[in-house]
Amino acid sequence: MTSMRKALIALLTMIALIASACGGDDASDTKAAFVMVAPVGDAGWNFMHDQGRLGAAEAAGVETAFVENIPEGGAEFDNAVQNFIDEGYNVIFTTSFGYMDATETFAAANPDVRFEHISGFKMNDTNFGNSFGRMYQPRYIAGMAAGAATESNTIGYVAAFPIPEVIRGINAFALGVANTNPDAVVEVAWTSTWFDPGVEGNAAQALIDAGADVLTMHQDSTATGQAITDAGGTFIGYHSDMSEQVGAYLTAPVWDWTNRYADVIEEAKAGEFTPSAWWGGMADGVVDIAIPDSSPVSGEMDAVKQSILDGDFDVFDQGTIADQDGTVIIDNGQVQVELRDPFDDSVVVAGPGDEVHDGVLLTMNFFVENVVGSVSG
Amino acid sequence: MNQETLIGLFISVIEFGTLLYLAALGETIAEKSGVLNLGVEGMMAMGGMTAFWVGVETGNPWMALLAAMIVAALFSMIHGVAAVVMGADQVVSGLALTILGLGLAAFLGEDLVSKRPEARFESVNLGPLSDIPWLGETLFSMSALSWLAVVLGVVAWLVLTRTRAGLALRAVGESAATADAAGTSVVKIRLIAVAIGGALAGASGAHLTLALAPGWSEGTTAGRGWIAVALVIFGAWQPGRVLVGSLLFGGLIALEPRLQTFGVEVSPILLSMLPYLLTIGVLILLSVRSRNRPSVAPAAIGIAYRREER
Repeated sequence: MTSMRKALIALLTMIALIASACGGDDASDTKAAFVMVAPVGDAGWNFMHDQGRLGAAEAAGVETAFVENIPEGGAEFDNAVQNFIDEGYNVIFTTSFGYMDATETFAAANPDVRFEHISGFKMNDTNFGNSFGRMYQPRYIAGMAAGAATESNTIGYVAAFPIPEVIRGINAFALGVANTNPDAVVEVAWTSTWFDPGVEGNAAQALIDAGADVLTMHQDSTATGQAITDAGGTFIGYHSDMSEQVGAYLTAPVWDWTNRYADVIEEAKAGEFTPSAWWGGMADGVVDIAIPDSSPVSGEMDAVKQSILDGDFDVFDQGTIADQDGTVIIDNGQVQVELRDPFDDSVVVAGPGDEVHDGVLLTMNFFVENVVGSVSG
Repeated sequence: MNQETLIGLFISVIEFGTLLYLAALGETIAEKSGVLNLGVEGMMAMGGMTAFWVGVETGNPWMALLAAMIVAALFSMIHGVAAVVMGADQVVSGLALTILGLGLAAFLGEDLVSKRPEARFESVNLGPLSDIPWLGETLFSMSALSWLAVVLGVVAWLVLTRTRAGLALRAVGESAATADAAGTSVVKIRLIAVAIGGALAGASGAHLTLALAPGWSEGTTAGRGWIAVALVIFGAWQPGRVLVGSLLFGGLIALEPRLQTFGVEVSPILLSMLPYLLTIGVLILLSVRSRNRPSVAPAAIGIAYRREER
C-alpha cells in the first residue's frame, strides 16, 4: 500500500506541476476569464464559446483565459472562479446554465469583478448580467431548408429535454418547415441527455426507421449526423458548421459569441458595469444560419434572414400558430389563449389579446400543429 | 409500427446487446477468477478512443479493433498489478481505473473529436441467408463484431466449463489458497483473466466508436461499462445468461426513443433506469436464494490472495 500511495503522490505532483506550468501572468488592466462545463474541442456548445473567447480577445485586445470541464454546482467551479479573481481577472464569463446561482454568489462577494452568465435568467444591478441568443430565428430558416429537402415529408428532430428553450427551437423549425412544405411533419424523439452519442444515434435511427429522410437535433454530439449520413439522407446541424465531421450536412443554425463577449469586455474596460438580461438575435450576430447554395430555397432563406435582420420578422410574431390539437395559440402576433408558466402553473404569462412578448417565448410549452411527438417528453 | 420499424428495433437491440455483451463477458471471466474489476467503463473508453484513432489513421477496422484490445488489456494491467500482484483493495483500484481511463481517453483523444470516422464495422452480408425475411435483415445482417461476440461467448463457456484451464480459473476464483496448494499459479491466472477482461472491454469500446455511434468524444461510453458490471451479476456469472441479459438491457436502451416514435407515452428517464432496477431485483433474488444454497458468486471474489495469510 505504501508504494501505491507514493506512486499516487508522485502522479498528483506531476499533474500539479504541469497545470501550474500552463498558467501565465500579465499585468494589463482588463483580463477576461471563461468557465466551461465540457472540453472546448467538442464542436458544439463549448467549442463555440471558446471561438467567441478567441475572437473577443482579439477584438478587445485583452488577455483571456479559460478552464474547461468544470462540473455545475461543485467545488471545482468555486475554485476555478476564485483562482481567476486571485490572478486579477476582472471579467468572468460562466457559460453553462447550472453555474447561475454560484455566479450570483460570487458577484455579490466581488463587486469589482464583472460577471456575465450565459443562458440563465438571474442578474443584479451592479456587476452580474446574463446573455443568451434567439436561436429560434436561424432554426426557422433551417426548417425552411428541411421542408424543401424532404421527400418522405417526415423530418426527424433528436432533442434533449422538453424545456422551453428546446421546445421553442422545435416550434420555430417546424414553422420554417411549414413555410416551404405544408405537407411535411417534424417528428421529435427525446433522449433525456445533452450528450450521449449512443443514445442520440439510436434516437436518430428510430426516426429514420419511422420514415424520416432529413434529421436535425438539439444535442451536443454529431451522432445524429452520422446516422442520417449512413441512411443517405440530409442533416441539419446545430452549434457550429459541421460540414467537416458529417457527410450529409446541409446547413446549421450556429452560435457566434465574439461580438457579445467583446462588448461586455469593452464595457468593463471603460469602467461601465451595466448588467442586463441580454437576449440577442441574428441582427446582433450572436446566432446565424449557414445558408447553403445547394438548397433549392436558398433564395427564400436569404430573404427571410434579411427581414429578420431588418426587424420585419421574428418567427412567432406573425401568422396563425396553432398547437397540435388545432387550437390557435397566436394569431398575427396576438396571444389567443391563456398561457401559463410550465415551471409555476399559478403564473399566467399571457392571456387573450396580449402581444407576443419574450415571456411567452421563454415559457413556451406547446408544440405547433405540424410537430409529431409529446411535449411532456 | 410497421415491419420496417420493428426490424430497425431488432437491429438496434443486437447492436446495443453486442456493446454490453463484449464488456460483460470480459468482466465475467475476470470475476470468475476472483477479481472484481470496476474499471470496465475506463477500459471501454480507452478501447473506444484507441479504435477510433487507429481507424482514422489506417482506415482498417480490424487493425483498430486489435489495437483497442491490446491497449485496453495493457491498461487493465494497472488493476492487475495493484489488485492482483500487490493485493490492493479491488474496489478502490477498479474505481481508480475507471476514473483514470475516462480522463486519459479524453486527454489523448482531444484532437479526434472533429474527425470523421474512416473505418467502420458494417453489416456482414451472408448471401442467401441475409435474404430470409426478418431473420436475414436482423440476425444474418449483423456486423462482424456481433458475430465475434457470440463466438467468444461460446468459446468462453466451453473453456470455463470443459477445459483444465477453465477449471483452474474457476478454482482460483472459488478458493485461491486451495488452488495454490494444488500447484496453480493464482497471480498468473488472475492476471490473464483481468487482461482478457480488459481486451473485451476494449473490443466493446471499439464496437461503440466504429459501429454503434461512429466518432469519438469524451463521455461517449456514457455509463455502459457500469451496466456491463451489473450484467455479470444479473447473468449469475454465466456467459449464456449474461448474453440473454445483454440483449434484454440492450433492448431497453434501444426501445427508449422508439417507444416515442411508436406513439407510446413512457418517460424515457424511467426506461433508462430499468437496467439498474432489474439488477437490484436480481441481486435481491440471488441473496434470498443463497440463504439455503451455495452462492452463485465466485467465493473468492474481491479477496486479494496472499500466501500464508487468512
